[in-house]
Amino acid sequence: MSVESTHVAMTLNDHLPILQVLVPLATAPLIVLIGSRRLTWSLAFIASALSFVIAILLLMQVIDGSVISYQIGGWAPPLGIEYRVDATNAFVLFLVTGISTLVLPYARESVKSEIPARHHTLFYAAFMLCLTGLLGVAITGDAFNVFVFLEISSLATYVLIAQGSYRDKRALTAAYDYLIMGTIGATFFVIGLGMLYMATGTLNMADLADRIADQGANRTVRAAFAFIVVGMGLKIAIYPLHLWLPRAYTFAPSAVTVFLAATATKVAIYVLLRFTFSIFQPAFMFEVNTLEFIILPFAILAMFAASFIAIFQSDFKRMLAYSSIAQIGYMLLGISLLTDTGLTAAIAHLFNHGITKATLFMGVGILVLRSGGSFYNRIQGMGKTMPWTSAAIVIGGLSLIGVPGTAGFISKWVLVEATIEKGWWPISILIVLSSLLAVIYVWRVIEVLYLKAPLAGTNYKEAPLTMLIPMWILALACIYFGFATDVTLTASRAAAQGLLAGSAGMM
Amino acid sequence: MGFELTQEYIFGHLNYWLFSVLMMTGLYIVVAKGNLVKKIVGLNIFQTSVFMLYISMGKVTGGTAPIFPLDMQIDPDVIYSNPLPHVLILTAIVVGIATTALGLALIVRIQEEFNTIEEDDILKIERAITQAENAIHGESMGGPA
Repeated sequence: MSVESTHVAMTLNDHLPILQVLVPLATAPLIVLIGSRRLTWSLAFIASALSFVIAILLLMQVIDGSVISYQIGGWAPPLGIEYRVDATNAFVLFLVTGISTLVLPYARESVKSEIPARHHTLFYAAFMLCLTGLLGVAITGDAFNVFVFLEISSLATYVLIAQGSYRDKRALTAAYDYLIMGTIGATFFVIGLGMLYMATGTLNMADLADRIADQGANRTVRAAFAFIVVGMGLKIAIYPLHLWLPRAYTFAPSAVTVFLAATATKVAIYVLLRFTFSIFQPAFMFEVNTLEFIILPFAILAMFAASFIAIFQSDFKRMLAYSSIAQIGYMLLGISLLTDTGLTAAIAHLFNHGITKATLFMGVGILVLRSGGSFYNRIQGMGKTMPWTSAAIVIGGLSLIGVPGTAGFISKWVLVEATIEKGWWPISILIVLSSLLAVIYVWRVIEVLYLKAPLAGTNYKEAPLTMLIPMWILALACIYFGFATDVTLTASRAAAQGLLAGSAGMM
Repeated sequence: MGFELTQEYIFGHLNYWLFSVLMMTGLYIVVAKGNLVKKIVGLNIFQTSVFMLYISMGKVTGGTAPIFPLDMQIDPDVIYSNPLPHVLILTAIVVGIATTALGLALIVRIQEEFNTIEEDDILKIERAITQAENAIHGESMGGPA
């Protein structure tokens, strides 16, 4: 840690970590203050694109395993708040900003048709706040700061979901349910932080890790871990805590669903990773027990139960929401293996599933834009009238199943490898079996889109280019990352090794 | 001896006991009450319990308010309470207020759309919508959904 450098004049490059959060944060009030409906979207897009550039610059600096530590206001940690960028969260920042930059062009048409024009400025302001929160959670090195940013993003998310009420009034109750559950989750998280502070007297993540390692496990630390896991579990939608997710994703505006499905739960998983591996040590018995006997069974349960429910859905969007819960199961499974390969699989799947689900939800949004609904009877036969959209949905679907040549295959393959490495071959079989369930629910959609006759009297136009291009970029990314495996796997492996090195990797 | 231990156990940890009671009361209201406003009230009690946990945590026995004298002549014998948890909880209070405001705003919108804020009635209305959707879907797909 370079304390001497605080008085040296810093270049813009040194301020990248704070700019990452500041750009969208400043844009949100700017949008509201300017209040111009024409400028709103451009401002949001420019801010998001800038964040994306910053995220790429940060990722390039840390991909070799180095760590950037940024002291807010020049106050040295552990007293001051520290922003800390390493391979893991640079990867998450890259995913979040990348998705948001692709979602915004897509959102323009979709939001126009789903939300009244007078709410557009506020919608994009809330979107920027949500982005700010997610980036802040990922970049900060201060445990309490995580809570603050988590709530910024959650509050913005509740607002965004409720915007679906102009299409279906159930969006309001979905947002309300999420608000109740999300707040309980966040409060549990704060209780956990309080207990950690009681036990250690610090809130800086690296400092916390040191002091916990020094004093070892005691009841306060164990209780803190329990509260934090349950609290984050509610935000991640770990299987029995997932009840808010299907309704929230189904009734939210299409663009919001794309953004949330690809980023919000992923960032929550990142927080879980950070706490289980960087702050608490996997060497602690209670942690191994929690992961092996609680998280692992629930992850497997999620893979099957949620997939089964997805098969019997008759609404495309709701089906994808349930499939998300199942996919979260794969990531948690990778984490709970507690090995290098398992973690690599979890982080790679976090990224791959992000782009896969974004492709699919974008497809749903386009179908909704043209047909007015995502029920199978509304969208049947649209494969013939909207070939480009449907083809991208097929690619996304294949990646969701994990067909070789797509991104979904890579991470599932590494996951199977990790279970075999550990000698838990029954779980490898379960992974393959649950992927077969995905074949069924994806096939149902393909059947509806291509093999059914279009509804009488409908002739839908192909989607506007502003929506097709972002969707195809993601669809092609699904294929690209299915072949160029070393890109994702190298980054994931660097992240996994950094995490498993524990607090040693943080100092 | 046994009595003293119990006394220490109950009164020595009074803030934790009250925290647990408040927390469970709040959580129970959130789960058990059907009225949406009451749920928000329960959520508030739940959050307030955490404020209490943090604030009581910052208290140092015999400590005074953590304000330095104006002339900065700090007497090393004076014990100060820890101000950090109090500051943290200021942030958490702001978050709590924002959550409450947003929750109440959502309830206003729910009242406008559903004409009720009782969970049971809302569930009935939603179930009717779902059944209608499924009926339409079932017909066009050639069988019950």
